[in-house]
Amino acid sequence: MDLVVNGTRRSVELDPRTTLLDALREHLGLTGAKKGCDHGQCGACTVLLDGRRVNSCLILAITLQDSSVTTIEGVDHPVQDKFLEHDGFQCGYCTPGQICSAVGMLDEVSKGWPSAVGDAELTDAEIRERMSGNLCRCGAYPNMIPAIREAAAR
Amino acid sequence: MKTFTYRTATDVAHGLEPGATFLAGGTNLVDLMKLGVATPDVLVDVTRLGLDEVADLPGGGLRIGAGVRNSDLAADSRVRRDWPVLSQALLAGASGQLRNMATTAGNLLQRTRCRYFMDATMPCNKHEPGSGCPAREGDHRNLAILGASEACVATHPSDMAVALAALDAVVQISGPAGERTVPVTELHRLPGDTPERDTVLEHGELITAVDLPPLGFAARSAYRKVRDRASYAFAVGSVAAAIQVDAGAVTDVRLAFGAVAHKPWRAYTAEEALRGRPATRESFLDAADAELTAARPLRDNAFKVALTRNLVVSVLEGLS
Ligand SMILES: Cc1cc2nc3c(=O)[nH]c(=O)nc-3n(C[C@H](O)[C@H](O)[C@H](O)COP(=O)(O)OP(=O)(O)OC[C@H]3O[C@@H](n4cnc5c(N)ncnc54)[C@H](O)[C@@H]3O)c2cc1C
Ligand code: SF4
Ligand code: FES
Ligand code: FES
Repeated sequence: MDLVVNGTRRSVELDPRTTLLDALREHLGLTGAKKGCDHGQCGACTVLLDGRRVNSCLILAITLQDSSVTTIEGVDHPVQDKFLEHDGFQCGYCTPGQICSAVGMLDEVSKGWPSAVGDAELTDAEIRERMSGNLCRCGAYPNMIPAIREAAAR
Repeated sequence: MKTFTYRTATDVAHGLEPGATFLAGGTNLVDLMKLGVATPDVLVDVTRLGLDEVADLPGGGLRIGAGVRNSDLAADSRVRRDWPVLSQALLAGASGQLRNMATTAGNLLQRTRCRYFMDATMPCNKHEPGSGCPAREGDHRNLAILGASEACVATHPSDMAVALAALDAVVQISGPAGERTVPVTELHRLPGDTPERDTVLEHGELITAVDLPPLGFAARSAYRKVRDRASYAFAVGSVAAAIQVDAGAVTDVRLAFGAVAHKPWRAYTAEEALRGRPATRESFLDAADAELTAARPLRDNAFKVALTRNLVVSVLEGLS
């Protein structure tokens, strides 16, 4: 099958059971997206699918014929600089997922999508709620919040 | 994961061969396949059928395509204005990533989160009929207090379905035998002696849409959910409500409870108890109690009775 990954069309032969996450990591050499739980519970595997953030561990690659996937390797966004500036990580395992999720989240905010907290400004409570699909075992959340807030302001 | 063949559905009315299952966003089905609880031989992908529009219905309702993603539905300006309870219920569920994949039909048909059901190595009447129900004596803290049976005490985990039940939404179904409609309140079954059947759908019946009828006073509606952490967790209890008050009296009301039964629990008894009564805390408490007298909690989930009662009062007080 054909997948467009980070702007490049790639052909891969896959067992139908292969998830997008395993296709990226095991077949396409893109190990940025991480496997945390493999059950949609942690967000470490977050990538952008046709521009929207998703958990790649719960998607069968075979369903994505002609879809466009952006992984952390293909992201170039102010969120990344801000994570460095604010030390928004410790071990870094959750970070690719956090960053892809933040990029997708900021796009959702710019489209006016509401959250369970509200729909207006991107307060810290809003950032926490909108980023709740990404867990961090190191608890590096306090520094991620200003990083995301400042990236949003740019 | 057991191996399977994959194809995309090309027509809503084709039905399914034995052993085949529809696949939508996959956020529940793929998970259960990884766990060995779902073992389809054939996956039929329904996401390319074009069932992804939210259309206005003549007379003021909405037709929500079965494939509309939960995030798109929650953000729909008509839903937010006229049925805010639905948008709130969707946003209270799962995470941003999951809502971007999850579909209307998949959300309605997601399976219970009972831990024994999700563990293929455990007995469970729902995944292996006749094998028993370890939850009754075991871990049932988040299982049913209403409408359960000896065979199964599972809860339906959807938030969205609770709002749809309160709003009298109607499921549009297409199958080999033709088309039919079923109210959301009658889509899910109580477990009885056949807990392996979650819903009244027959094998091969496809949900094509969910119709949301107009309900003027639903502009004042809300969803409130209690869970074990602040976000990204299933409900321990929830209430969807819409209320109309005139001169201090309740003229009409819709109430449904989540995480208390094998289906989204439409609280008809409480609604009946409220119509015509003063819109006061006492009336709300009486109405909640009228509904919850039917509760039969298990050893570790009696707290849900008080939790649901408190939720009813706080949501209705907030709205009136
Ligand atoms: C970590 C985690 C947390 C979650 N938290 C919540 C939460 O807090 N609240 C909540 O409500 N949900 C929650 N969910 C569940 C999530 O909402 C569901 O997984 C999702 O809605 C399922 O939709 P889907 O399109 O991915 O369905 P799929 O997984 O594709 O399908 C689910 C079922 O529906 C059937 N199906 C799909 N489409 C059709 C159709 N058109 N006609 C007939 N049958 C069909 C499939 O055959 C399958 O049996 C959570 C899930 C995860 C993994
Ligand atoms: S409550 Fe239902 S789903 Fe859970 S173990 Fe018992 S039979 Fe299975
Ligand atoms: S690895 Fe996908 S959500 Fe945890
Ligand atoms: S930085 Fe270690 S898990 Fe988040």
